[in-house]
Amino acid sequence: MDEVAADTMAIIAKRLPADKHNLSMTDRLEDLGIDSFSAVEMIFDLEEKFDVQIPFNSNDNRTDLLTVGDIVAAIKKLVGRP
Amino acid sequence: MAERVVVTGCGVVSAIGHTFPSFWSNLVQGVCGIAEATVLSTDQLTQKIVAEVKDFKPQTHFDERQLASLDRVAQFAVLAAREALEHSGLSFEGGLSERTATIIGTGVGGQNTQDDNYKRLYREGAKRLHPLTIPKLMVNAPASQVSMHCGLRGPAFAVASACASATHAIGLAFQLVRSGAVTCAVTGGADACLTFGTMKGWEAMRVMAPDTCRPFSRERKGLVIGEGAAAVVLESLEHARRRSAEILGEIVGFGMSSDAHDLTSPDVGGMARAIEGALGDAALSPEDIQYINAHGTGTAANDEVETHAIKRTFGSHAARLAISSNKSMLGHALGAAGALELVATLMSIRKAVAPPTINYLGPDPTCDLDCVPNEARPLAIDAALSNSFAFGGLNAVLAVKRV
Repeated sequence: MDEVAADTMAIIAKRLPADKHNLSMTDRLEDLGIDSFSAVEMIFDLEEKFDVQIPFNSNDNRTDLLTVGDIVAAIKKLVGRP
Repeated sequence: MAERVVVTGCGVVSAIGHTFPSFWSNLVQGVCGIAEATVLSTDQLTQKIVAEVKDFKPQTHFDERQLASLDRVAQFAVLAAREALEHSGLSFEGGLSERTATIIGTGVGGQNTQDDNYKRLYREGAKRLHPLTIPKLMVNAPASQVSMHCGLRGPAFAVASACASATHAIGLAFQLVRSGAVTCAVTGGADACLTFGTMKGWEAMRVMAPDTCRPFSRERKGLVIGEGAAAVVLESLEHARRRSAEILGEIVGFGMSSDAHDLTSPDVGGMARAIEGALGDAALSPEDIQYINAHGTGTAANDEVETHAIKRTFGSHAARLAISSNKSMLGHALGAAGALELVATLMSIRKAVAPPTINYLGPDPTCDLDCVPNEARPLAIDAALSNSFAFGGLNAVLAVKRV
């Protein structure tokens, strides 16, 4: 796994209890128990870490950021290292 | 014996009118107070729309010396209180001012003062701040200023419970008058936090709508921050009748609860307990209510959970209720919201009309109650509720009746 993916997954894992830290790309955030405000905190951490802006409104019914893999792909696109 | 508590005066400073009559007239006509901000620079904001008190000129209401000690939030509070007192026709001879409480809710107090002074200090490297910085920004400044400007010498304090501040304030004032501890009260709420610092804070929560506020509607995208103030004069029915005052409505119940659950996510149980508390306190049954002035912030979560809470409390009667959100026009005036909405609720009963929920695009299956979409509706109302549910899980509901 590359560095961006590893750092992104570590930030996602921070929102979860210790026994759920072993993430896979297909895990859905909802199934992991990340609710909308937890997601807002996670996105703040990602923006700070990678110095990017992630458009995100917790009222939107998003279909493009559902899984761990979606988040990793979005970050890679934003930092320009696909 | 408990006193009956009536409202004899209203005052408003809002995004859709600087006075009580203009506020009500615009509210019923569905005038939207939401637009791009002019009171602050929007260059560095992702969400540029707010519901500000437009074209507000403090110099027309206060002299220079008074303004030196008044943050915008206190200016709003004093103007609303002055208008409410004038409307009530109360005069304070014979010691009545000592038996009149001043209870003003505010979410955050003097944010303009705080923002301006921090900017001077941290960005511009100022060596000193204005001596009135602290007394202007303190959260009780609006209550203190109302008490001083209006000469009210009874119990006076601020109530802070974020978006429920005004409703908690009015509820406490109601209890003081009902118990006989005071004869009258000037109460309500004020907030004025359209500053760069607070807007960046709201931006970080990612709950603000980029377009407008559409409570209970499909495609709603969140809340819009507003500002303003509203005040009401409460007094015992006996006192109001003795001086032949015009009675605008009766406050009959107050319910409060805490979710003890989550800092930001709303909770069906907490909301429902506050609603049931207000009904119980008023000795009303669910079927006695025709109208609810909803908290209705326009966020995905609030409107869905509030719908659930109303259904849980009202059962099959929920489908017969009219439920509208003034925030579609006023934005979320935070600590002022509950007072603006109580004034609207009183007038809805008095004028037999439910104000609309504007900006409504169509039904959302999770919000399937009648939210009076887009146009006001004539409606005979004997009893109504005004809901306020705050971040921090603090819930407050007032029950109001025709006299």
